[in-house]
Amino acid sequence: MDKGTCCCGCIDEKEQMLESIMQKHKNRKGALIPILHEAQELYGYLPLKVQRKISESLDIPLSEIYGVITFYAQFSLKPKGVYNIQVCMGTACYVRGASLVLEKLQERLGIHIGECTEDGLFSLEVCRCVGACGLAPVMMINGEVYGTLNPEKIEKIIEKYEKQGKVQVK
Amino acid sequence: MKMVNIKIDGKELQVPENYTILEAARQANISIPTLCYLKGINEIGACRMCIVEVKGSRSFQAACVYPVSEGLEVRTQSPAIREARKVTLELILSNHDRSCLTCVRSRTCELQKLAEELNIKDIRFNGEMQRKPMDDFSPSIVRDPNKCILCRRCVSMCKNIQKVAAIDTVERGFDTIVSPIYNLSLNEVPCVTCGQCINVCPVGALREKDSTEIVWDALANKDLHLVVQTAPAVRVALGEEFGMPIGTRVTGKMVAALKQLGFAKVFDTDTAADLTILEEGTELINRIKEGGKLPLITSCSPGWIKFCEHFYPEFLDNLSTCKSPHEMFGALLKSYYAEKMGIDPAKMFVVSVMPCTAKKFERQRPELASTGYPDVDAVLTTRELARMIREAGIDFKSLPDETFDDPMGEATGAGVIFGATGGVMEAALRTVADILTGKSNEDIEYTEVRGIEGIKEAKIKIGDLELKAAVAHGLGNARKLLDRIKSGKADYHFVEIMACPGGCVNGGGQPIQISEVRSVVDISKERAKAIYEEDRDMPIRKSHENPQVQKLYKEYLGEPGSHKAHELLHTHYAPRESYPDIP
Repeated sequence: MDKGTCCCGCIDEKEQMLESIMQKHKNRKGALIPILHEAQELYGYLPLKVQRKISESLDIPLSEIYGVITFYAQFSLKPKGVYNIQVCMGTACYVRGASLVLEKLQERLGIHIGECTEDGLFSLEVCRCVGACGLAPVMMINGEVYGTLNPEKIEKIIEKYEKQGKVQVK
Repeated sequence: MKMVNIKIDGKELQVPENYTILEAARQANISIPTLCYLKGINEIGACRMCIVEVKGSRSFQAACVYPVSEGLEVRTQSPAIREARKVTLELILSNHDRSCLTCVRSRTCELQKLAEELNIKDIRFNGEMQRKPMDDFSPSIVRDPNKCILCRRCVSMCKNIQKVAAIDTVERGFDTIVSPIYNLSLNEVPCVTCGQCINVCPVGALREKDSTEIVWDALANKDLHLVVQTAPAVRVALGEEFGMPIGTRVTGKMVAALKQLGFAKVFDTDTAADLTILEEGTELINRIKEGGKLPLITSCSPGWIKFCEHFYPEFLDNLSTCKSPHEMFGALLKSYYAEKMGIDPAKMFVVSVMPCTAKKFERQRPELASTGYPDVDAVLTTRELARMIREAGIDFKSLPDETFDDPMGEATGAGVIFGATGGVMEAALRTVADILTGKSNEDIEYTEVRGIEGIKEAKIKIGDLELKAAVAHGLGNARKLLDRIKSGKADYHFVEIMACPGGCVNGGGQPIQISEVRSVVDISKERAKAIYEEDRDMPIRKSHENPQVQKLYKEYLGEPGSHKAHELLHTHYAPRESYPDIP
């Protein structure tokens, strides 16, 4: 594919934006991580074609980039749902029952960690400490924090988003 | 180099200031155990086996990465160090697949050796065993993550030396695994199958795809006419498998062993190497005279060919169309030889003993079947041949010397030196010089293309022509050279590229030498020395003077570059996709 065009020949805006992200960081030391962060924000995850573009641009082997992506829990290789749920598994949340919350979520949504529901509405992942230990256990949905959770509170929260559906998302 | 004064175990030493503690200790014959360390390739202090006490330092330090400095005081032995090393090793062993009895690396395993040296009698910890899937889809290399100790030597070899980067560490913590991206097989990523990863693996996590069973079966099949050919680099390394010093020439014993194994004929791939020189030399002269694509780049190394198809498709037209010598030989065995002997080529089974794992991949390329049958039916590495010799109960060291069979057993010194970096270039120069000047030149040792320097350049005066040549070995060096040519910073008539550092003598199928040995001996250099000795002892040292090759052209092929020669001895290449589509 040519730079900035997609298979049908139209201008691929995302690819152009990725290009400018890479240009912005390119000549700095340690450019890879910020580029991966911004690329993930742009695409919602880090597909192989994006990894390959970054590899070419930074002259870093693809296998190394893939190694970095899989090393950090923040990066995702799979597309995310409209609502991305991140359950904190930091120490405080963990000891206050985060795994019960996680279990409930998996059961309710019918997906495992790292997966996305069939309708594309929810994806589920775990994350490290989000810095809200006072509210443990904590989860975030699209960046919005829900604290002092227990399995019983999950239903209501999920229902709210289900009602909201695919609208009202930036 | 500035020297510094240090003290190790009370011994006062003066060492260059760029040394690590490990280097200083080894120079003073003080032994420090290592595991992930591999001189010049992997120096990352990951495994913590080489920990020592450094005076003034709060915790143990890894000797392989800790730089010396003036006044440094080090202890390499103490009860605390001993205990720490032992626990570390026990932890590594705690989730290691300990099927040592049947492991391909039993006897050459560095982990096994270390466990013995550190006197591990009991593994106190029973780690959780994750059964990880094996990757045996590649025709050349088998990856067994259950035996991997995550030393990262293979990663470093693949990424930093070969600049292929087919594998890296993936995931983290307990889930860490050395793997291609997306858990793909080596077969689905641009692995060039050079097998250098195998040579540096301390354990049995990487090994060649076994072909010994196929060959045993063929040997037992009375309907087949089994012939075997051996590459030049095998004869200077096979002895190592039987405890002989590095660089021992065992040509006669190797031939004797192959005959004992039951091969009907034992031939020398060097004969085909001579043929390659005539074909490739002719190609070079034609391209120079007719303004063809230059530089002409050699095509004997299948790892290099695959690398070129993946990463430098723009150079595919520069590649010589010559098949690699053993494939040429296979095609001739199933045509010329079969006709001459009155054998049905369908009933022939050609085995190549090669220092190379990439030849296993090459063998199954569909285009390498000139007679309608695969040119070569099975490829054994030097290591696999050694295994078969042991299995057959042959006492290798006491075998009498025997000679290659006729016809097609005759080869020249030029064919032999194919096994070392610069060898193909030198062999070609010996022939091209004679053809272009129309006389037999006496000066045939082109020392400027020999040696272990990564990229070698030479300008050679042949008659009116000043031939510009370059030699690269190791794919990292190949990259450098190709980039230079691409950017117009260099131009040559003729370029030799070998995938493995040091050339075939250090191929991915050669006997494994452990880190400890590789730290003090340059194995490529020692084996190459034996190759050049072999060359010097040959009565004929120029390919075009090989009477067997001359006869072959007269009786069968016509002349170099003829239609028949093209049919049997030449091939073609195509760009190769590197990764499958993954959304």
